[in-house]
Amino acid sequence: MDFLVFQYPMITVQACLDGILLGVLFALIAYGMALQWGVMNIINIAQGDLVILGGYIAYFMYLYGIHPAWGVIVAPVIMYFVGIAIYKLVINKVVDRDLFISILATFGISILFMQLMNFAFGADVVLANSGYGTTMLFDSNVVLPNSKIFSAFISILFAACLVIYMKKSKLGRAIRATAQNARAAKILGVDTEKVYAATFGINAALCGVAGALISITFTIHPYMGLPYTIRSFMIVIVAGLGNLPGVAMSGMGLGVFEEFADYILGTEFRIGSVFLLLVLILVYRRFKLSRKREYLK
Amino acid sequence: MNMNKNNLILYSAILIFGLAAPFLFPAFKVQLSILCVLIVLATTWNIQGGEMGYNSFGNILFYGLGMYLCASVQVGMFFPLAEWTESGGEKTFVHTPTQFFQGMAVGLVVAAIVPTIVAGLIGYSILGLRGHYFAICTLGLGVAAGEISGGIEIIGAGQGFTTPPFPDVGSLEARGEFFYFLSFFTLILTFIAVRSIYSTRFKLILNAIRDNEDKAEAMGIETMKYKIIGWMISAFFCGLAGGIMGGLVGYIDSTDVAFDGREMGVFMVLMAILGGKGTLWGPIIGATIFHIFKEGFWTFFLGWQYVALGVLIVVIVIYFPEGIMGWLREKYPERFGEVVDEKDRKAQVELK
Repeated sequence: MDFLVFQYPMITVQACLDGILLGVLFALIAYGMALQWGVMNIINIAQGDLVILGGYIAYFMYLYGIHPAWGVIVAPVIMYFVGIAIYKLVINKVVDRDLFISILATFGISILFMQLMNFAFGADVVLANSGYGTTMLFDSNVVLPNSKIFSAFISILFAACLVIYMKKSKLGRAIRATAQNARAAKILGVDTEKVYAATFGINAALCGVAGALISITFTIHPYMGLPYTIRSFMIVIVAGLGNLPGVAMSGMGLGVFEEFADYILGTEFRIGSVFLLLVLILVYRRFKLSRKREYLK
Repeated sequence: MNMNKNNLILYSAILIFGLAAPFLFPAFKVQLSILCVLIVLATTWNIQGGEMGYNSFGNILFYGLGMYLCASVQVGMFFPLAEWTESGGEKTFVHTPTQFFQGMAVGLVVAAIVPTIVAGLIGYSILGLRGHYFAICTLGLGVAAGEISGGIEIIGAGQGFTTPPFPDVGSLEARGEFFYFLSFFTLILTFIAVRSIYSTRFKLILNAIRDNEDKAEAMGIETMKYKIIGWMISAFFCGLAGGIMGGLVGYIDSTDVAFDGREMGVFMVLMAILGGKGTLWGPIIGATIFHIFKEGFWTFFLGWQYVALGVLIVVIVIYFPEGIMGWLREKYPERFGEVVDEKDRKAQVELK
């Protein structure tokens, strides 16, 4: 445990920039989770595994000689249908049930996906090389891979497109109406079943984009899904449902936290610190809420 | 449930079978010991998962903690712990039989008590969470414990921890019989404890918390106190089960054996749900069926076991959330002491 961070300020800058670029990706995944949490009231433990699956799509394009950056177009299309298939097979049976049932069901899907990906793609850590090179800043003291900048840019682009789509399109309006009150939306002629399926599909598509970007910038591995789920869950509870700027900000905050945890505690504690942070945030939130409850009394 | 004649016959039959089992099926001793541990885990998960309504993925924390503590105490009492883990599989230190059993006894006591204290300490913060926040928080706790223990050098970090090998006491069968009777004894202890808990007011309080916590609180029940006690009882037996399992498996790895949220952590939830949440016998039946199914699958379809596990979870959760006991209860309500009005039943059938 050495405190290099405090001796060399450039490392701090490096960690902050890395963290922000990483956090934008987390925010994209968290946006998908917030969407389907808000609309269907389901916490999808398989979120991270959908991300990894999207990553493998981009990786396979890379293996077959197509530039992996095209994965951000192909992966969401495939993942949209994967998402709809999951919805039709499992999720529509647990939508109205107890929340724990849906958590457990998606946990089952997560285990299933993990193992199927392990069979199909092998247990190696892989990455799709985009060959984008790096950018040097501050007299080459800070090194930023261009792929990270590219991925942050694409994430923001997709998120912006989705926000506009949700505001303007008919389906977007139907989704927002269902999120507000599913029963009222049904009465007013919204086919909620279709809306749910579309929501889950859009969520999976977002995961696909994020996964493709992760396979370019970082590495993917069949068993790396759960940390992404936990990160997006954390971001959503910190930001609150339906708070888009909040999701972006807390995503970046988490990214920066992780980079610093990596430098200070060491890489082996990186995932552990994420999970520990989740516990701390939930406990903090519980004390904050209980104070509010007492005040209301 | 009072001790009538039928129950007495049932209990004695199970007891006799349990005592005779290692001699009747000598090849399955390890499997039977694991079954006992699984039943203990499912039954104690049921205390707060089924009766209290707090669905925890985090009991694996106590199980893994117990496992590491028991092994560390057993080694640390006689030899330097750091050198033991450093040497890995090579046996530079050998326990004499006396040392082994002394270490195991002290280790199991520590393995049971420390997780209970941990549960009591974190209980106030964690059990204030409700519903899915609690579930995710405990999931995080379990995984965090696994990741962190995987980075601690003295207990073997990523390369794992070999528990002391069973000493040479003359008979080859001794190891299996020792662990079988240890786990069977723990199972009986757990069953008696849980059964006596379920016949007191404490169980009613837990059920009140499950059904409506705010109302229970308004009725003057100190819900937080009882929630913490419930969790501590779970933690006690989980730690004990973990300690035994560590000795039985002989090798502890942070994420694959001790804090294995993907296996044991889900198994205990699944077994309780399969058998029927919130019943005394449900987890026991569920664990038995699950263990038979699991061993069959693990043996004949090696490699596909997690696929089967994932499918099994989804199928059980979607189509069978009430479990076997719930299904039986619906079919034969009289057997469960429910008074059924025949007219009412007929009226309901007609309505359908």
